[in-house]
Parts: sequence; C-alpha cells; structure tokens
Amino acid sequence: METLFFLIVSLVAIVSAILVVTCRNPINSALALILTFFCLATYYVMLDAPFMAAVQVMVYAGAIMVLIVFTIMLLNIRVNASKSQSHKVVLGIVIGFFTLLNTAVIVFKSRVALPNGPLTGEILKQQGHTELIGRELFTTFLLPFEVTSILLLVAIVGAVILAKKKI
Amino acid sequence: MENLNGYLIISAILFSIGTIGVLTRKNAIVIFMCVEMMLNAVNLTFVALSRHLGNLDGQVFVLFVMTVAAAEAAVGLALMIAFYNNKESIDVDDINLMKW
Repeated sequence: METLFFLIVSLVAIVSAILVVTCRNPINSALALILTFFCLATYYVMLDAPFMAAVQVMVYAGAIMVLIVFTIMLLNIRVNASKSQSHKVVLGIVIGFFTLLNTAVIVFKSRVALPNGPLTGEILKQQGHTELIGRELFTTFLLPFEVTSILLLVAIVGAVILAKKKI
Repeated sequence: MENLNGYLIISAILFSIGTIGVLTRKNAIVIFMCVEMMLNAVNLTFVALSRHLGNLDGQVFVLFVMTVAAAEAAVGLALMIAFYNNKESIDVDDINLMKW
C-alpha cells in the first residue's frame, strides 16, 4: 500500500517537474512548481518528518511561490508566440542525462552507513518531531541559527534597495 | 521507511530536470523556479538520509537551506524587477553587457 502511494506521488512529482520546464507561460510553470512542492511535503510526511512538511508548505508553497507569482503578475510579460522560449535544448538534455547518470551511479554504488543515530520511529512518536527539531536547533545549532537571522536581515535590506525606482 | 533508494532516485530525477530547465530556458523567472526545484531535490535527499541514519542534523540543515532559498528569492526577484525596469525584458539573452 505504501509502495503504491509512493509510486503515485512520484509520478505526480515528476510530471509536474517536467511541466515546470516545458510550459511556455511562466504562470503555468509556477502552478506546476507548487504541485511539486506539495508532492515533496507528502514525501516528508512519509519520512516521519511532519514539521518539515508543514514548513515546506508554508515557506515554499506559501511564501516563496506567492512572491514569484506576484512578480510574474507585476511584470506582466506577454508570451511572444513566435519567439523561441528556449535555447540549446539538445545540449541541455544531454548534460541533464549525464547528471542523472552520475547521481544514479552514486546512489547504487555507494554504501550508506548503517543506522546508528538515536532517532527511531518510537522516539519520534513519543516526543514529537517538532520538539526534537527545536531542541536540536536551540542547543547544537544555536550559532548557525543566529547567523540565519542576520542573513534574513541582509536579504530584506538588499531587496528593498534593489527594488527602488532609482538605483 | 524501507525504500531509501526510491527517495534518492526521485531526488536525482528532480535535480536533473531542474538542471535541464536552468540550461535550456530563456525566461529568468523560469530559470529561478528551476533552481528552487533543484534546492528542493537536495532537501529531499537530506531528509531521507537523516531518517535512514536516525540523526536529526540533516533536517536542521534543510531548515537552513530553506532560509537561504527564501533570502535568494527576495533578492533574486528584486534584481529581476530592477533589470526589467532597465531593459523591458527578462530574457537572459538580453543580459549581455559583459559578454565578450
């Protein structure tokens, strides 16, 4: 049952990912990308990471995609039917195929270490995924977490400066 | 949680499709969306391996990747708006000031 569900979600994810690349109108690409993000959120739920799924839906499918769709509508670019929308398709597909081959060889040839961490399904059910993530984030990764806030501040300032009328 | 390889293969396929999109499309916003898709493929690898190894570090890394992606989205889209104000286009072919 879970395998069947996995296959269905994989099919939807790959088809929508191909639609992102092939659609002529950017708004259709954006909608297909939202579907891909929801498929990834489903994977996170299947991987016992509900907090990650919630963040995926809120941050990616919510915030970032709203920003992208808003920009597309703000710029209001007409799709020119006669003008080509892509270049060097064959070369791109060849390079993409070699990327896939490379990653597939890595996946099948490399040996992942045996499960040795403290995290098991029982612990996840008992303590809750969110609590575990929060504890990790505010103890082991406290410094990177604080640096992240500075990064976001810089991004806000940069976006405001760049989007001004006169640079 | 038995098919780790399945998740890794899906992640590899999504990453490759994103690569093809970045290399072949001309619209800067579509290229940007393909980059987001590649970041998401890497996130899936992080979460799958984190669950497989029983270690939460990978999932914390996913949070950081998402933060960087959000910052990138804000700055990148602002850059595109600035470019559109100058050139009336967001075709990457028109960004050729430094082309030899």
